Amino acid sequence: MGIIDKLNKDFESRVRLGIMSVLMVNDWVDFTEMKTLLNITDGNMASHSSALEKGAYIEIKKEFVGKKPKTSYRVTNLGRASFVSHLNSLEKLFKTK
Amino acid sequence: MKILISFALQSTLIMNQKHQEDLSHIRSMMERSSRFISLSGLSGVFAGLSALIGGLYVYELFKANGIEYFDENYKLYSENLVLELVLVALIILFFALTFGIFFTIRKSRKYNLPIWNTATKKMLFNLAIPLSVGGIFCLALLYHHIYVLIAPATLLFYGLALVNAEKYTFSDIKYLGFCELILGCISLFYLGYGLVFWIIGFGILHILYGLIVFKKYK
Repeated sequence: MGIIDKLNKDFESRVRLGIMSVLMVNDWVDFTEMKTLLNITDGNMASHSSALEKGAYIEIKKEFVGKKPKTSYRVTNLGRASFVSHLNSLEKLFKTK
Repeated sequence: MKILISFALQSTLIMNQKHQEDLSHIRSMMERSSRFISLSGLSGVFAGLSALIGGLYVYELFKANGIEYFDENYKLYSENLVLELVLVALIILFFALTFGIFFTIRKSRKYNLPIWNTATKKMLFNLAIPLSVGGIFCLALLYHHIYVLIAPATLLFYGLALVNAEKYTFSDIKYLGFCELILGCISLFYLGYGLVFWIIGFGILHILYGLIVFKKYK
């Protein structure tokens, strides 16, 4: 059971995995681009991103470009470390099999 | 008891499958978000064909102007001929770009990939740095009438641009870049045969690369 326990519950959903994967290899990514990449709805995107922000895995920046509000996301150091260890335990799961 | 074991086995199998899918999802998200993967191999093939046809046209153009390309040791080009050569080069560039954009849009529609995202912009920016410097360098060569160095310079700067853009698209593109660079270096020592190297580098290499990539990612 040891290895499975290490899998981070916060990254369980497919959408959160997607958000984290995208942010691992990019700097700031804005709402619209993330939404189209993951192919999800506005509400879905908003709820999952705020959950990740609550866990301090990502930071959210809100600004105005002209008159339009723009939301962007970036992974935090904690998020990066947690996601890497999550990936490592996922991989270990297959090696021990 | 038996039922319990088979249930446990089944659930680990399902979990395993879920984790496997998670991993491949992660991999594809990282790839899709950071690399421009809509570039079609067909773009390369058609860019190569345009260069090949253009090169052969230029060879005929030389003939028509009384220049036997492989005979004379040094060639003097009239202003008019140079102007015409530049025009042909621009037409080739136009066709190559048009085909490139056409096949890219077609591929991204087919696989439902976004075209104008951060990865695309990064790739274009990284392509543009060596290319624009190379372009200015070639304009300066034209200005100083040092025509023999133009073909090597286009190959070299193009090769550098491809190697530079490698991080943001299919990494295979760097091999094409290396081939262009090697060819460009060789051509520096065989000045006066620029057209030959140009046809190999922009025509034949593009077609080969396009066919390989098209087969690989089909």
